[in-house]
Amino acid sequence: MAQSIQETQEELIEEFGLFDDWADKYEYLIDLGKKLPSLSDDLKTEENVIKGCQSRVWLHAEKQGDQIVFEADSEAVIVKGLISMLIRVLSNHTAEEIMKADLYFIDQFGMSQHLAQTRSNGLLSMVKQMKNYALAFSAK
Amino acid sequence: MTLDIQKIRADFPVLDQQVNGSPLIYFDNAATTQKPKSVIDALSHYYASDNANIHRGIHALAERATTAFELTRTKIKEFINAPSSDQIILTAGTTGSINLVAQTFGRANFSKGDKILISNLEHHSNIVPWQMIAEEKGAVIEVIPVDERGVLDLEAYRNLLDTSVKLVAVNHVSNAIGTINPIAEMIQLAHVHGAKVMIDGAQSIAHLDIDVQALDIDFFAFSAHKLFGPTGVGVLYGKRELLESMPPYQGGGEMIKEVSFDGTTYNELPYKFEAGTPNIADVIAFSAAIDYVNALSKEALFTQELALLAYATEQLSTIPGLRIIGTAPEKIAVISFVMDGIHPQDLGVLLDKFGIAIRTGHHCVQPLMKRFELPGTCRASFAFYNTFEEIDLFVKALRRSINMLQ
Repeated sequence: MAQSIQETQEELIEEFGLFDDWADKYEYLIDLGKKLPSLSDDLKTEENVIKGCQSRVWLHAEKQGDQIVFEADSEAVIVKGLISMLIRVLSNHTAEEIMKADLYFIDQFGMSQHLAQTRSNGLLSMVKQMKNYALAFSAK
Repeated sequence: MTLDIQKIRADFPVLDQQVNGSPLIYFDNAATTQKPKSVIDALSHYYASDNANIHRGIHALAERATTAFELTRTKIKEFINAPSSDQIILTAGTTGSINLVAQTFGRANFSKGDKILISNLEHHSNIVPWQMIAEEKGAVIEVIPVDERGVLDLEAYRNLLDTSVKLVAVNHVSNAIGTINPIAEMIQLAHVHGAKVMIDGAQSIAHLDIDVQALDIDFFAFSAHKLFGPTGVGVLYGKRELLESMPPYQGGGEMIKEVSFDGTTYNELPYKFEAGTPNIADVIAFSAAIDYVNALSKEALFTQELALLAYATEQLSTIPGLRIIGTAPEKIAVISFVMDGIHPQDLGVLLDKFGIAIRTGHHCVQPLMKRFELPGTCRASFAFYNTFEEIDLFVKALRRSINMLQ
């Protein structure tokens, strides 16, 4: 059985806990961003753009069985690293699990103060959009 | 006069702090400038000692507040060499001043087919108010193009000018790339064709000497917060005959002479355009900012800024793959740049971790970014309290950030 949303969050918190230095944390985040596969051009549509980010962010979702699978991309690699974590936490779960998810891991990274305001608006927009997809799929 | 930069820095309390474990390096002066202690003290002194509503009160506090408020107006008049204090309208900011002209001068003077000339360098604040009134009046907006360096094409400007042009609205200095526009020549050309000229001085007020009479400017707008003063205060200067012929903007208290249910007569300049209780405290504190700049030599301040610009340009040019956007021969101390293969936002995020404040994004000039086919840039903008050592630290942090991202 796949791990729960909470288990993945705990795993991420543990991974980031290994770094004392902010630069190491960011290098890891940048690395995650670089490793996330790019979205194919036909999915980089205006429709898939998430508003409220300084760089363009695209999010695509589809239902496979009873689970929702997310794919996303961004022009900015740090944002892409953040998206990569959100996908790892939320993708391959049911609509109900995604809608109910409490994403506390963001606050525990020691990055939330840094990602506050303008930038985290982007992050919060992403979470909101992912939950909106879940809601839309559950209504079908 | 040489500046004692360390002494000057001590006047700006905000500069003395650590951000993310490093000393703050503030290179976002084009967005807003920091405030000297005298401005902060004036603000707190006003609320602690003089707070009262102005102009109508007969008691001592109202008298003191009114005198201090009107003293700022006089200092602004002197700062830009306006002929008279009643031609200084106090607004909420540059944006407020431009909207005032669009909604009064524009409403009274634009008709179907008239042209408004703006430039490709304009901030959204000097585009959207004109679009709104143009749409209402059936007027047409035409755009003066810029070349690869970010310099306005004066030949194209000459060709766009004819008698159907009612207004030319351009910035004195580009906020995104620092170009200084040749406004003296542009105003002269516009006047030959009978067009009036509105200058957006948001980015020039703290970095160039402004003489509205020598330049023969019809309307000039700027914000106090970009001149080391408080936020929420703006200035609109206008030629007397223009301001007098313009209908009032917002209705309410202060702007009336007599009100009855049959009709209302309006107050004189400048009050005709200042409805409601103004931003008294911030206007009064702005006075201290003007005093601060006047007490130093403006020439020495500008010389320091240009030296910082030259040094930063030279240092940034040594970074492989870095491209400076905006290479006009006449610039203020603003450097926009992009890095091959790296999004500006990523650099901004990492520089912040080094305690360095720059701005990334489209800088509210989306049409200019489109002109350069860029999603945005990184922008470092300097003020006289910045130092060469800060530029060295910035370039070092930038190199480290680029390494992390590549």
